[in-house]
Amino acid sequence: MRILKFIAIGFYFGLILLKSEAVSWYRIVEMFHFQSFHMFGVIGSAILTGIISIQLIKHFKLKSFAGEEISLVEKPETPKANILGGILFGIGWSLVGACTAPLFIQVGLGNWIVIISLIGAFFGALVYGVIRNILPH
Amino acid sequence: MRTIINILNQPWPWYISGPLLGLIVPVLLFLGNKQLGVSSVLRHGCAMMNVSKNEHFRYDWKAEKWNLFFVVGLFLAGLFVATFFSFQLGGLSTSAINYFSDKQIPITGYFPIETYHWSANFLKFAIILLGGFFVGFGSRYANGCTSGHALMGLSKLNLGSLLAVIGFFIGGIIGTWLIIDNLF
Repeated sequence: MRILKFIAIGFYFGLILLKSEAVSWYRIVEMFHFQSFHMFGVIGSAILTGIISIQLIKHFKLKSFAGEEISLVEKPETPKANILGGILFGIGWSLVGACTAPLFIQVGLGNWIVIISLIGAFFGALVYGVIRNILPH
Repeated sequence: MRTIINILNQPWPWYISGPLLGLIVPVLLFLGNKQLGVSSVLRHGCAMMNVSKNEHFRYDWKAEKWNLFFVVGLFLAGLFVATFFSFQLGGLSTSAINYFSDKQIPITGYFPIETYHWSANFLKFAIILLGGFFVGFGSRYANGCTSGHALMGLSKLNLGSLLAVIGFFIGGIIGTWLIIDNLF
């Protein structure tokens, strides 16, 4: 049941990423050229929806459906890693035209060549894990 | 029924799809009490496959299994759309359409399969492999990707996430203007 639940939520996220065209290679190139408002509208209104949701959850101290306290733990503060890692991630996002979730969706769509990028992504995560001690965080 | 299929076939405008995308944040919190984040799955994958003895990959990845199920859902969403829907072009801007036509990149669904294919030249393979590498390396270094930082982190008004998202766009502009523009 737990398994199905998270598969279903992932499915929802994937479907909306497809219908918003955030998965589209073409939309990503267009976005980084500032040739259309579309992607900025998608991302901006998604964040706004998220902010309102979190504020409501905090304000009314809402619980999860299972009755648990909703956990909103913050990630550790690593400003240098955020900006430097962010820049490297952005370069990758523009080169392959997909960020992490769309890599999995592209493979599902049958664009098998994106498996190459996915293997690269796992390898990138591995290399980061191995050399992280020498990187500024 | 026909109208429903029609709506599902078409791409949705940003003011519909954007808020629906943002809803993933409360949906995941209410249903699973989990904070959205996709790139952690890259770390869990490495830990699961036991490819490194590094302490970074020595932890109880089984406690984070939801993340693996979540990406199975992503894969299935792609499979579902490819199987049951016809691809319809969204309203790419005229300047973007002109750009792709200048660069002779045919617009094919969600990915330029006629440009990046198995018999493409070495350079193009290198670009999508390296692109993937930077997505993996960068997201783990930044401790989150577009979902964990841009959606979840900014929803919490987290300053580190704002830095990461600024980084995403700096990197994206560098990659597009310096590399993609000169590749074709």
